[in-house]
Amino acid sequence: MTDRPPVKDFATEWDHADPQWVADPYPIWEDLRERCPVAHTERYGGGWFPATHAGVSAIAKDTENFTSRTVIIGNGRPSELDLPAPIGVAPPITSDPPFHAIARKLLLPAFAPGPINALEPMIRELCGRLLDGLEGDVINAGMEYAKYIPPSVIRTMLGFPEDDIEKFIDFINIVLEGIDHPLEQRIEEFTPVEEYFVAQMDEHIANPRDDLTSYLLNVEIEGQKLQPEHVFGTMVLVLIAGIDTTWSAIGSAIWHLANHPDDLARLVNEPELMPVAIEEFLRFYAPVTMARLVKHDMEYLGCAMKEDDWILLGFPAANRDPSIFADADKFIIDRAQNRHVAFGLGIHRCAGSNLARLELRVAIEEFIKRYPRFELSDASAVTWASGQIRGPRELPIRVRAS
Amino acid sequence: MKVSIDPALCQGQGRCFSIAPAIFDFDDLGNGVVIGDGTLNAESVALARLAQSNCPEHAIFIEES
Repeated sequence: MTDRPPVKDFATEWDHADPQWVADPYPIWEDLRERCPVAHTERYGGGWFPATHAGVSAIAKDTENFTSRTVIIGNGRPSELDLPAPIGVAPPITSDPPFHAIARKLLLPAFAPGPINALEPMIRELCGRLLDGLEGDVINAGMEYAKYIPPSVIRTMLGFPEDDIEKFIDFINIVLEGIDHPLEQRIEEFTPVEEYFVAQMDEHIANPRDDLTSYLLNVEIEGQKLQPEHVFGTMVLVLIAGIDTTWSAIGSAIWHLANHPDDLARLVNEPELMPVAIEEFLRFYAPVTMARLVKHDMEYLGCAMKEDDWILLGFPAANRDPSIFADADKFIIDRAQNRHVAFGLGIHRCAGSNLARLELRVAIEEFIKRYPRFELSDASAVTWASGQIRGPRELPIRVRAS
Repeated sequence: MKVSIDPALCQGQGRCFSIAPAIFDFDDLGNGVVIGDGTLNAESVALARLAQSNCPEHAIFIEES
């Protein structure tokens, strides 16, 4: 993606992989909100980016005119091979109505607050163990802490062997890095992942137990168990949607606190602020943008949209819309009224939102308990993920005075 | 005064039962539900309004009486 020329005008050639967008997208979105407010691009085969809350909300809720069959923008227009709608490759995120409701309804009980809240002691213990393993005055809070929390939680939920954690993290890298590769290449790269998952599914069929894999293998739609492809697709979804998203959210929150000692001190001294602070972290640093495809040629929000044009749903941009949020560009740690859309809007609301919130809260609570004072050790060494998930990767934090 | 959640609008964002667990609960899918018949007293009205103002889906309704 780096072979594209730098963007001169984001209103007419927006590119979410452009270095300027990756480094600091917020001024770009502010400018687009005032000028467009739906930006266009010819890149990626053509697409649209609504920069306002109203535009994002309208499209997110409109499943008549937009499809979710592909939610990650590829290098060109979607190929026919990418179109197993209404189910899609990773149900229910790639599913459209009416199948979507069936696939979602069977997944949601596993991610409802009841079963998710029961994971809190395990996550707290995990965070403590990761912090115990960090050495030195400067730690990499991105690559040594935030990165490890979601895969370990997902591995536990799926009921895969603890000893496989390094293999599991390798698979996650394959899945996440291959996400916009051409389909044929993706299939080849996915082969070891698929083989491992199928072996795990077989093992769970032989030895069913109380975990997400057994749940998906045994749950029934109208008396029928799921097709193995559906189970596999949903496991892949859990990987794609549950790892670098939450990793990014945790990293962004630590990055913020490292840069804002007043906010850090307030959180340390007023732990009861944590729930509202978590929502403000999610609003201000919402990590996830999702794509849709235009279903048919139409005039929409004043734009001449064509069938299979991409839509990039900028939930993080909607969260900075001053028509919805007072002082939208200010991080207010005790913001009481916060109708943010970090987890999307409408029928595709992030199914893992309860888990993401729990991981984010526990990860920050444990981090600031261990390190009540910390700061960036080298701001220029911080790197940010590009593409549809935004968050810090290299995040050197000085946790002890030198 | 009474509070209600429109189940056709609720998507399980989870804000209401986190902000006001005495007024809202969640069902097996994680969608918000009102505890009891939703009647609000002088104390609970402010919390219900706070939950309403945090619902991204605008699914919470407060009936004045």
